[in-house]
Amino acid sequence: MLTASAVNAQQSGNLSFLVDNGPQSVAVAEAWVAAFTEQNPDVSIDMEIRPGGGDGDNIVKTRLATGSMADVFFYNSGSLFQALNPTQNLLPLTNEPFQANIQDSFKSVVSAGGEVYGAPFAPAMGGGIFYNKPLYEELGLEIPKSWDEFMANNEKIKAAGKTAVIQTYGETWTSQLFVLADFYNVLAAEPDFAEKYTNNEAKFATSPAALRGFEKLQEVFEAGYLNADFGAATYPDGLRMVATGEGAHYPMLTFGIGAIQETVPDHINDVGFFAQPGDSADSNGLTTWMPDSIYVAKSTANPDLAKAFVAFIASPEGCDIRNEAVGATGPYMIAGCELPADVPPAVSDMLPYFQEGGNNAPALEFLSPIKGPALEQITVEVGSGIRSAADGAALYDEDVRKQAQQLGLAGW
Amino acid sequence: MTATTLGATGVVPALKTRRRSAYPGWFFLPAAIIYSVLFLAPTFASLYFSLTRWTLFDATFIGLDNFAQFFREPFLIQGLVNTIVYAVVTSGLKVILGMALAVMLTSQIVARGYLRSVIFFPVLVSTVGVGITFTVLMHPTAGAINETLAMIGIKGPGWLVDPRLALYSVAMVDVWKGVGLATVIYIAGLVAIPRDYYEAARIDGATKWQNFIYVTLPLSRPATATVITLSFIGGLRTFDLIWAMTKGGPGFASDTVASVIYKQYQAGFYGLSTAGNVVLFVLIGILVVPLTMFLNRKQGHE
Repeated sequence: MLTASAVNAQQSGNLSFLVDNGPQSVAVAEAWVAAFTEQNPDVSIDMEIRPGGGDGDNIVKTRLATGSMADVFFYNSGSLFQALNPTQNLLPLTNEPFQANIQDSFKSVVSAGGEVYGAPFAPAMGGGIFYNKPLYEELGLEIPKSWDEFMANNEKIKAAGKTAVIQTYGETWTSQLFVLADFYNVLAAEPDFAEKYTNNEAKFATSPAALRGFEKLQEVFEAGYLNADFGAATYPDGLRMVATGEGAHYPMLTFGIGAIQETVPDHINDVGFFAQPGDSADSNGLTTWMPDSIYVAKSTANPDLAKAFVAFIASPEGCDIRNEAVGATGPYMIAGCELPADVPPAVSDMLPYFQEGGNNAPALEFLSPIKGPALEQITVEVGSGIRSAADGAALYDEDVRKQAQQLGLAGW
Repeated sequence: MTATTLGATGVVPALKTRRRSAYPGWFFLPAAIIYSVLFLAPTFASLYFSLTRWTLFDATFIGLDNFAQFFREPFLIQGLVNTIVYAVVTSGLKVILGMALAVMLTSQIVARGYLRSVIFFPVLVSTVGVGITFTVLMHPTAGAINETLAMIGIKGPGWLVDPRLALYSVAMVDVWKGVGLATVIYIAGLVAIPRDYYEAARIDGATKWQNFIYVTLPLSRPATATVITLSFIGGLRTFDLIWAMTKGGPGFASDTVASVIYKQYQAGFYGLSTAGNVVLFVLIGILVVPLTMFLNRKQGHE
């Protein structure tokens, strides 16, 4: 670390740094830029902001294709990263000294053609269910280990006159969690599902384990557990409702902890987290998401400075700055990065799944390059009773076929 | 497209001599360059890219596969139906309401000038702004519309979240926003009708209703043709308002051809979405060219 800092201190020049417009991303990026330029007074870094979602994907791809990408930029890892054509557009970071501290599981989702191209931008995430702790205490509920226990809890919450499950289809991406976060349970039942799915041999509609995710979505709707405004509510509404006890459960990725901390900080200690339960209490585990990553564009005019900045972000010092700026939201993928002692309960609830002997499995998008783009519309339909689970799964298989063909995969 | 080209060649011989005397040929060069660079080149490029699998980084020629895939889109048929329903509903209502408002605003009523500007005002506001505003007003539990209905004891529907209603809710907002323009076109058409016809009708003892049916309605046909053509094309291409209010949802309930195309583009299927644009271009041509010819022929008979 000492040598790395010594090298940093000699840097000079200009960099541009592109991040998405999420409040978390902007806040932490500003903190990193401030700290790095303080240590290197001869360096100036221009921050650029882009939208998230599909519009952001197109901005990133267009800028890469036209050679006008910022020197350092932030983007997804896994299947979306592969679509950037990394070997052509990105600077390899395989032999940078900082890579020695980064976990192999992360490197695997930012690698192409034998080279590593990224460094983690954030901690790892889990996909599961946020719950309101005071409501659980008030009603004397236990953390559910199986789907039946979860539904029994929901029944008690509904009987007490509360909203059992929060859904926020006003922002359609939030509707996918019951399907995506169920993947640990899919793998428990069919360990080779991801491989067969990529090879056009396994389908959501015909695999009973994979179909369960869609069925769960349908079950919570049909039981009448959802909030009255589920069709129009948005992601911030959902986080607020689960934090303040307006609703008991909100299926979401754990990065939501950061947003809760920011928008309803008084209630951060009222939110807990558990993995999405499967059919059997014996195999209970968490579906995990690798963090997004930072990359260096091949078109950069100042590769050494860009690499030094990435090394700074992927160092324990970078993690500390992140904790300071937006709080800790999960375990880091970088050796030497520690979580503060007083993490929010939702973070400490997810840690056991990551520790030695814990049960976790990566989400499907990190095991397969194929993720159909219309999943969020289909899950909205299944989750609001417009379409049955079986129909929805069959429709999603069609969507997946289109994606695979567009990627030019063999066997489709 | 064909109609205008034919029309243009028909006109050229008559203008030829006058044009040559006024301006030398190179005078048109800047316009020709701008037209080629900004219109012809992209048009032919998009025809080419619609035949490729295109990732922005490289394009693989795959023949007509994109068109085959586009027509296999599960929601294309529903999107087509939605597009046509939307175009018919919005242009129909704009004709009826625009006519009614124009008749009212050309009669001797109090505060006529003020009312004219009120009716026209929504035309001036940004479409996306209107969409976002109405999304808030139409929220199923906290929106002003349903809260107002609740005060008189009616439980309002989920305007934008009920799959049976969403498309029509957006269409109503489109009418609210666009009817001002239709009204202005009609006002222009109505004041151009010579007063003699009304005086002759008055001498014959015509009632107000007969005045409207036998004088106003037939003589405002050019205005009607303009309003129908403009709002029908606008309805077929509709995208911004749908996207701002429902993003084609809930699920796929209010998807139009344009939003289906945009979703392909968002998913990174650039060749596929380009193929969709070619299809939309042809579709608009197929529907609008006969419609325009029909409306213009009627007009000629008058």
